[in-house]
Amino acid sequence: MKLRKVSAAAATALVLALTATACGGDDSSNESGSGSGSGGGDKIKVGIKYDQPGLGLKNPDGSFSGFDVDVATYVAKELGYEPKQIEFVETKSADRENALARGDVKFIAATYSINDERAKLVDFAGPYLLAHQDLLVKADSDIAEGTDLNGKILCSVTGSTSAENVKKDIAPKAQLKEYGGYSECIAGLQSGAVDAVTTDDSILAGFAAQENYKGQFKLAGLKLSNENYGIGVKKGDTATVDKINAALEKMVSDGAWETAVKENFGPAEYKNEPAPKIGDIK
Amino acid sequence: MFDFLSNYNDPTFLGAFWMTVKLTVFSAIGSLIWGTLLAAMRVSPVPLMRGFGAVYVNIVRNIPLTVIIVFSSLGLADIFRVTMGAGGDVKLQAFRLAILGFVAYTAAFVCEALRSGINTVPVGQAEAARAIGLSFSQVLGLIVLPQAFRAVIGPLANVLIALTKNTTVAAAIGVAEAAYLMKGMIEKDAQTLLIGAIFAFGFVVLTLPTGLILGWLSKRLAVKR
Repeated sequence: MKLRKVSAAAATALVLALTATACGGDDSSNESGSGSGSGGGDKIKVGIKYDQPGLGLKNPDGSFSGFDVDVATYVAKELGYEPKQIEFVETKSADRENALARGDVKFIAATYSINDERAKLVDFAGPYLLAHQDLLVKADSDIAEGTDLNGKILCSVTGSTSAENVKKDIAPKAQLKEYGGYSECIAGLQSGAVDAVTTDDSILAGFAAQENYKGQFKLAGLKLSNENYGIGVKKGDTATVDKINAALEKMVSDGAWETAVKENFGPAEYKNEPAPKIGDIK
Repeated sequence: MFDFLSNYNDPTFLGAFWMTVKLTVFSAIGSLIWGTLLAAMRVSPVPLMRGFGAVYVNIVRNIPLTVIIVFSSLGLADIFRVTMGAGGDVKLQAFRLAILGFVAYTAAFVCEALRSGINTVPVGQAEAARAIGLSFSQVLGLIVLPQAFRAVIGPLANVLIALTKNTTVAAAIGVAEAAYLMKGMIEKDAQTLLIGAIFAFGFVVLTLPTGLILGWLSKRLAVKR
């Protein structure tokens, strides 16, 4: 079985490489079909991030935690899947559109900001959280406004747009230090090598809420942009979008949404926005 | 089809590959020097130096390169505040730290390639050189190393090609080379296969001539015994 799966994957890769088009769709759906069949019982595959504390994190013991995970679990339950039937799959930012198009995952809840470009490739349910680009600084830092960053060192992740926004529009004289992940930036912030870390406030709050950083950092609260997190669904699958929207509305109205926000971001004293209006994509 | 390439200004497509070339050239020069010194230590008559060379090579070549590069930035720069003489220029500092990491790592492989070359030089050569009164450094510098280098141009070409590809790790500390640009492009344009193919082709353009030229040189310059 394992060998068959590997050879099927190799064949898929070969077909994809030879044609370099999306014609491999049939193959991959067959493959995932046989894969879930052998598992016994229906499973649902959900895309999350593995490396964002407070949102989507794979813990050392193999369990998953975070706000995105809570939302995904709730939505999956409304779609008829118990927590043990959920299989979480890591979907990195660059691979999210492809994972949905290939059918690797049913939906993605992974700090997926809704924007026009992405909406051309995938359908969005939600939004389920309104985040803003913000700065994380040391608790005793005097950086209060964006312009205070001029001449300071700002840390962000390679290829992310948030740091570019700051450099272009807010503090052109800020210096940009980039790492592969936010953990390295946070370590730099702790040691004082960087003055601020920038990305969505929800992500920053998740890091600041970690046990070993508690009380050391604060959010500047700048609200530099509006990021509406949506749940990504394969383009054209409007039935699933409607079902997820109904699930999200229920989650907000029965208080589970508020509880999840408090649990995951609470320790960072993150002032979250109220739940966004579900289904209001634009 | 390729018009999206011109959407990128910082770095541009050619600018990113130019950075890859710069990283490769500076690191290659540095690791050739440091690697030669290490090889000299490993064959020297002083036990302490032999020990240092052996320990250095065996430790450094067994540490993943990503760990070395990230440590050079997170450890050296962020915690110990090594600025590499870059003043407050964060980008220049990252570039120099990356080169430092590549030199430290690649030199271990240069050293071992060179040591295998030294083993190809007949013992009689060194004995004859000693017999006419040359010192250790003269024996090594005038007699043994010139012959050793000519024997290991091929293996050194492999190290150079590996180094060229290894420079992509510098993206992890924000050096704007080819892999850094590729990451940004894939994130923004979601054309994974096309972008991946373009960058793969870019690296083939860089490394194929290196291999061909050095392969030709190694045949021409080999000491016929």
